[in-house]
Amino acid sequence: MTPTGPDMLLSLRGLSKSFGTFKANDAVDLDIRPGEIHALLGENGAGKSTFVKMLYGALQPDAGEIAWRGTPVAIPSPAHARQLGIGMVFQHFSLFEALTVAENVAVALPGDIPLRKIASDLEQVSRAYGLPLRANARVYDLSVGQRQRIEIVRCLLQEPDLVIMDEPTSVLTPQECEDLFGVLRKLASEGKAILYISHKLEEVRALCERATILRHGKVVGSCIPRDETAGSIARMMVGADIHEVRHARAEIDRSAPLLSVNGLSLPPRDTFATALKRISFDLYPGEIAGIAGIAGNGQSELFDVLSGEETVARADTVSLLGEPVGTRDIAARRAMGAVFISEERLGHATVPTLALSENVFLTRHSVNPGLRRGQLLDRAAARRELDRITETMDVRKSAPDPAAQSLSGGNLQKFIVGREVLDAPKVIVVNQPTWGVDAGSAASIRQTLIDLAAGGAAVLVISQDLDELFEIADTLAAIAEGHLSPFVPASQTDRNAIGLKMSGVAGEEHRAS
Amino acid sequence: MIRIELHRRSSPSATLRLLSPVIGLALAVITGAIMFSLMGKNPATALYIYFIEPLTEAWSVHELLIKAAPLILMGAGLSICYLSNNWNIGAEGQFIMGALAGSIFPVLFTDFQNPLVLPLMIGFAMVGGALWAGIPALLKARFNTNEILVSLMLVYIAERVLDYLVRGPWRNPGGMNFPESVRFHDFARMPEILPADGRANIGIIIAIVVAVALWFMLSRTLKGFEIRVLGTSPRAGRFAGFSSRGMVFFSFLIAGACAGLAGIIEVAGASAQLRPIISPGYGFTAIIVAFLGRLNPLGAILAGFILALTYLGGEAAQISLQVSDKVSRVFQGALLLYILAADTLVHYRIRIAARPRADKPDVPRQTSEKGA
Amino acid sequence: MELALAVLVTIVTAATPLLLAATGELVVERSGVLNLGVEGMMVMGAVGGFLAAYLSGNPFLGMLAGVLFGMGMALLFGFLSLTLATNQYATGLALTIIGLGLASLIGEPFVGRAGIRPPHLDIPGLSDIPFVGPLLFGRDPFFYISLALVAGVVWFLFYTKPGLTLRAVGDNHQSAHALGIKVLRYRYLAVLFGGACAGLAGAQLSLVYTPQWSENMTAGRGWIALALVVFASWRPMRVLVGAYLFGAVSIGQLHAQALGIPIPSQALTALPYAATIVVLVIISQNRRLTMINTPASLGKSFVPDR
Repeated sequence: MTPTGPDMLLSLRGLSKSFGTFKANDAVDLDIRPGEIHALLGENGAGKSTFVKMLYGALQPDAGEIAWRGTPVAIPSPAHARQLGIGMVFQHFSLFEALTVAENVAVALPGDIPLRKIASDLEQVSRAYGLPLRANARVYDLSVGQRQRIEIVRCLLQEPDLVIMDEPTSVLTPQECEDLFGVLRKLASEGKAILYISHKLEEVRALCERATILRHGKVVGSCIPRDETAGSIARMMVGADIHEVRHARAEIDRSAPLLSVNGLSLPPRDTFATALKRISFDLYPGEIAGIAGIAGNGQSELFDVLSGEETVARADTVSLLGEPVGTRDIAARRAMGAVFISEERLGHATVPTLALSENVFLTRHSVNPGLRRGQLLDRAAARRELDRITETMDVRKSAPDPAAQSLSGGNLQKFIVGREVLDAPKVIVVNQPTWGVDAGSAASIRQTLIDLAAGGAAVLVISQDLDELFEIADTLAAIAEGHLSPFVPASQTDRNAIGLKMSGVAGEEHRAS
Repeated sequence: MIRIELHRRSSPSATLRLLSPVIGLALAVITGAIMFSLMGKNPATALYIYFIEPLTEAWSVHELLIKAAPLILMGAGLSICYLSNNWNIGAEGQFIMGALAGSIFPVLFTDFQNPLVLPLMIGFAMVGGALWAGIPALLKARFNTNEILVSLMLVYIAERVLDYLVRGPWRNPGGMNFPESVRFHDFARMPEILPADGRANIGIIIAIVVAVALWFMLSRTLKGFEIRVLGTSPRAGRFAGFSSRGMVFFSFLIAGACAGLAGIIEVAGASAQLRPIISPGYGFTAIIVAFLGRLNPLGAILAGFILALTYLGGEAAQISLQVSDKVSRVFQGALLLYILAADTLVHYRIRIAARPRADKPDVPRQTSEKGA
Repeated sequence: MELALAVLVTIVTAATPLLLAATGELVVERSGVLNLGVEGMMVMGAVGGFLAAYLSGNPFLGMLAGVLFGMGMALLFGFLSLTLATNQYATGLALTIIGLGLASLIGEPFVGRAGIRPPHLDIPGLSDIPFVGPLLFGRDPFFYISLALVAGVVWFLFYTKPGLTLRAVGDNHQSAHALGIKVLRYRYLAVLFGGACAGLAGAQLSLVYTPQWSENMTAGRGWIALALVVFASWRPMRVLVGAYLFGAVSIGQLHAQALGIPIPSQALTALPYAATIVVLVIISQNRRLTMINTPASLGKSFVPDR
């Protein structure tokens, strides 16, 4: 570590923060120089978000010192952070959907600047950095990428000396990532420092000059990313080697599809949803098919139609095991041997406040006859089922049967996957299988999916994570604004080609046909 | 300057969940004592007259049972609604419509006198209450109309239907022009439990049986699981294959049937006829019963007795102390507020912190301009 | 002409308390808080307003007392639902229950006493203009305050920075908090404003509409005000239109009774409540409109991470 000095823009010493007994940050040290792009690396749950919230004044540290340009400071609120010159681009955007772009900017700026001036300023900045925006657009009409531009432009309008970017590329296509990196390099060349939070190693190696690595709330090392390999950084992040998934698989039998979608079109179910447009595909035994796409392009709508949470008018729009099921509900489809793993772990795949054993009932109450005696619930059977899941999937929990909300993301996802797959399903539809999950759990979940396919099941994986899809999928397609591109073998395509389809560009000729 | 900060517990406290109604009740009693002192009464005497004396005499205990029956029934029914996140606040109207539907037989078919009458009245009352509750349910399920406002508006309408009937077509022709129906014949009355002692009727037994049945459904059956899931997490409920729309109907119809049943127990019990006002706000007090009982039908039994006592205590205080019986309504309202406040402790630790004076940054922004 | 004028004047008088209370609640809901206790705040305003005017002989003190009683109730609601993060639905109901109880307790000795009307603000010249004059000028102060309030709320919400911030808080309190906006402070102020408006609306009832105190004299107007906010899809100008429509319905039924139209009086007095249901159904048919305009945080408690 370099010593604190006047040449440092920001120096942190011994920053700590606990929630109850859980130490989210434990004596973290960090230095940032003006004009550098500094990576803060760590797994999901390593304490990165807590750390940046303290820097931005949204959380108060329990202990530790913050020095800004060599002077000790306290940052009691985000307004103070902005006044010091610290700007923030949130991972979960802090935008207001019902307001216009200009209003979203105005609300964050100090003083009472007329909206018209803000509108012209923001359009000017957005042009200067190649981040086109219309000041009068309502946020609910904008794509995820456009929303991120608002965040960035809003941050830049405050003329910060340090820009904190929290996982900015998780919502972008590879091409959009390149554009963003261009913006960040331009900012750095203007003397602004950037603290770049990520768990993606390749982009950190491409972009950042220095990196600090966080594990379990502690700094476990720092490095110059260009001098390292992705593997060596990963070992520091995870603290152990990550198992590569084993591809021991059966031949895909293309005689009869297990899941077919045939000419699926669906108007948006509400103002903020995406329409699905003429989607067709077949999924065969032994196959893992991946659907790439940026969030909000119709993935959750497609998932709901496949699961039967949303039924459609024509039964043959969706077929399971050759039988038309478009009009049947989710329970009927589960009874046929299909399982569904949704993106939202809390509030969709589980009820957060209910115990895990009760969450076993949630999806299995009508599939697993052992869980009920007539209309009565057999709680003992549910607890036995929970034990089986816990053991098979290695779920770590604090109590024998805790509430779902008390588990970490990775352990809860292992519970959910285990609940669905232990009874040898024939069709698995999974949306964002490892989103926000630690690397160890992610690897075991991916391995589970591969093993299921090897056993003859058909697996459909919807994911934003291209690395994940290339790691496990046999065939790949991309969804953009409700259009699904044709599936192609994963071996015959690459990140750029899929990235173009994700942005909807390559989909044009497909749409025309 | 101090401020109150909430810190979320990692998991809700089971102890405090049980303790919070006790805390709420204690605070409400203290408030009652203060209220009595402000009125110049000795608080100890007043509290004795209010809460203890009604329990010392047999006839008075009978009155307690009479008042508790509708409160328990409606409190248990409303618990189902609130657990499933359906905000039915119109039990008062469902109570009235149930009473009217059940009274069709003794009022319009005065010659129809046999043991079948009472079961028919009960059946009609439940259907009547359920149908009235079905209106907000239908509008919510079909058009997404706000059920709180609709169910409440229907209370005002039901009150006017009752008023119209007892002053118009259902008025007792031999009743000296008083706005009331004929008195119910004996087959149309709720049998009394211990006629020698007081007026209490089988209504209280029905109420307790219904509450226990609802508790069993809630805690043991798939339907009960469905209610709790849809109430906390509608999206997860849909994922489980449950229907939010179906639950709107289910919960409203159950609560409406309970309220209708309560209505007929009231008019075929103690009063034995219809009058322009048949409920001293039972339907609204039942909201308090539901919350005091932790939205658990068994809890509603206990809570129903407690709130019934506040009605009796109010009457006793009016007679013995010459204080207005409106005190009861203040007490009831305060009780609900205290329970809600105490419930915060279940989910949060409360910390009282000195507010840091931090409206200005500790260090002024550096004036230096950044490079280029 | 005379009759039409009399009808219009009574419609305005019947509409004013709805307009006052609904405009206040609109601001509360725009900040993301659902206060179902409007009825309770209103009835406290009615009893407070009546008593202060009756005891002091000064109707303006009555108006002030109405405002303060309403704000007192709102403060209670704010402490529970904001500071203690209690369920807003249940807390609003509790506020109504305790408000109705307290008001009848306080007002019991004064039932049936004649109230003190505030003077009409006659403007010589203008009040004498035929028809328009007596309708628009020379009315009671509540009428002017209600109109000024609507204009003020439009200006505040859509033309000022604090108004923008308030709407942002109602749209997404997590985002607002992340940007360092004091969510609870904005909500407290909005809730207090709503209480002041509801209290003033109550005072109008006991000082102008029927200048006396009687138990439960608000008769569900607080709830109708809540419905008006939904009907108006959170737009102040539409609250204005809605309040006058409802004023017309409730006065229409009075005149129908006076004319001896052979409908049971109970059916006529039920009309405003039935109309409320009909209006709610019609407005909720348009899901897109409702969805876009409903403050997204409405009714959700906010507790910051610490």
